[in-house]
Amino acid sequence: MAPEILTALRLSMVCSLAATAIAIALGMPLAWVQARVTFPGQRVLRALTTLPIVLPPVVAGVALLVVFGRRGLVGMWLDRWFGIRLPFTTAGAALAEAFVAMPFFVLTMEGALRSVDRRLEEAARTLGASRWKVFRHVTLPLVRPSLQAGAVLAWARALGEFGATITFAGNVPGSTQTLPLAVYLALETNPETAFVLSLVLLAVSLAVLLGLRRRWLAW
Amino acid sequence: MSLEAAIAIRFDRLALDATFSATNHEVVALLGPSGAGKTTILRALAGLAPLTAGRIVLDGTVFEDAATHEWVPPERRNLGVVFQDALLFPHLSVLDNVAAGLRFTGISRVIARTRAREWLDRIGIGELADAKPGVLSGGQAQRVALARALATQPRVLLLDEPLSALDVTTRADVRRELRRHLNTFTGIRLLVTHDPIDALALADRLIVLEHGHIVQSGSSIDVTAEPRSRYVADFVGVNWLRGTARGASVLLADGGTLIVPDLVPGEVFVVIHPRAVSVHRQKPEGSPRNVLPGVIVSADDEGSRVRVRLALPFPLVAEVTRASAAELELDRGGDVWVTVKATEIATYAA
Repeated sequence: MAPEILTALRLSMVCSLAATAIAIALGMPLAWVQARVTFPGQRVLRALTTLPIVLPPVVAGVALLVVFGRRGLVGMWLDRWFGIRLPFTTAGAALAEAFVAMPFFVLTMEGALRSVDRRLEEAARTLGASRWKVFRHVTLPLVRPSLQAGAVLAWARALGEFGATITFAGNVPGSTQTLPLAVYLALETNPETAFVLSLVLLAVSLAVLLGLRRRWLAW
Repeated sequence: MSLEAAIAIRFDRLALDATFSATNHEVVALLGPSGAGKTTILRALAGLAPLTAGRIVLDGTVFEDAATHEWVPPERRNLGVVFQDALLFPHLSVLDNVAAGLRFTGISRVIARTRAREWLDRIGIGELADAKPGVLSGGQAQRVALARALATQPRVLLLDEPLSALDVTTRADVRRELRRHLNTFTGIRLLVTHDPIDALALADRLIVLEHGHIVQSGSSIDVTAEPRSRYVADFVGVNWLRGTARGASVLLADGGTLIVPDLVPGEVFVVIHPRAVSVHRQKPEGSPRNVLPGVIVSADDEGSRVRVRLALPFPLVAEVTRASAAELELDRGGDVWVTVKATEIATYAA
């Protein structure tokens, strides 16, 4: 395999796994709050959470630029205070992928958390478990199949991400050029490479779906 | 050791207001029909349902006080709760379920498992240690739930309908075992049940709850001898009437008069055992003081005897043998004469 293909594949893996980690870290509390707490503005928050599913990925990329761009609402301060610049970096690519992929994780987890028998959590409380221990030792194990399914879904979405990544992070070989971007570029110069890259992505996606299906059947 | 509870909870349509205490010298049963608020009281004691008003105190330690907003979270109340559906953790083995309470309080896995195994052996289900809760029968699950609750050596044991999910045969077995474990447990024991048989078999003292209020409390003998609610009277199986005593007769609230010797004047409850009520087609002669005309409402065959519902006009149930039911042709209904011996009527102040 050509080195640029390997580079793109490695980058895709790094970015998509990082994006999945971000989606879990932010998505878990979000899903918990939406499943367990009632508060004003909840419907707006839920709509915002699922927005990236509906939004064209390019528009998501533009939204990220507005917020995290060098002159963005948050990006400006990130740059000024911490010297962190996200656009056109690997971290930025991971962020773009996470933004688009997180709803898949949040929706899966929210449903799972709703379906947990709350009385089991209460039983754990009476046995001496604090709220955190209940979550860690009862809730989390009970939703583990959904957690895995949600994480894989989010990861698969991140792996195939194109629009938001190219808009927000650009197309820099080695740092933001993930596999889908490489395919797009190769199509214009070297259609055969594009074909090989597409096959690689296809194989990975198929493997993931097969794995997921087994997971769902195992329930 | 003593538990003092004054529990008032307003929640949806439930208006709960009950004050009671329990010591470690007795097994107390909260008894009442479903929807009376029994389980809510248990949840309040465990810290799972907040009080609208009142307080819960165990041995001078305030668990909750609605006035001062003091509140001890469930995990620090040191309670053992056996829930109605056992509520075992489905992802843990039986052994780890029983060890869970010890693990939550920071005891190492090895020690927790050793102690859990001891409890399983004590409850008599040691061979189930490695099973997952999903494969257990109802009776086994309830035994594991009991072991899990006892393993943390709580000061208070709360049981919420521990037998109601079990079939009749298992129920008798588990009830007998439960009685044994309740007797050896040294803390406060509180049982919630809608089944009088469970309450009578397991508890030393009954607290009868109806519509969120305590209607009667006392030893099982006192409660069953002098019912103070329709619910208790029905499970004891006696006629229960209310009326006003005047001279040697009681004016019943539902209409009609009964002659009773040795009456205390005022509002009274009247209890008549169905077997003390006789039914006749012709007006009987002779000694009974209470001879009343009535109408048969229904006659239900209950095996060896027939239960006859009568309207005199106040409702009264008579229990007659099948032979006399056939002779009197009770199943065709119609008018009858009813006699009750005055000496068979018990009255007590309402």
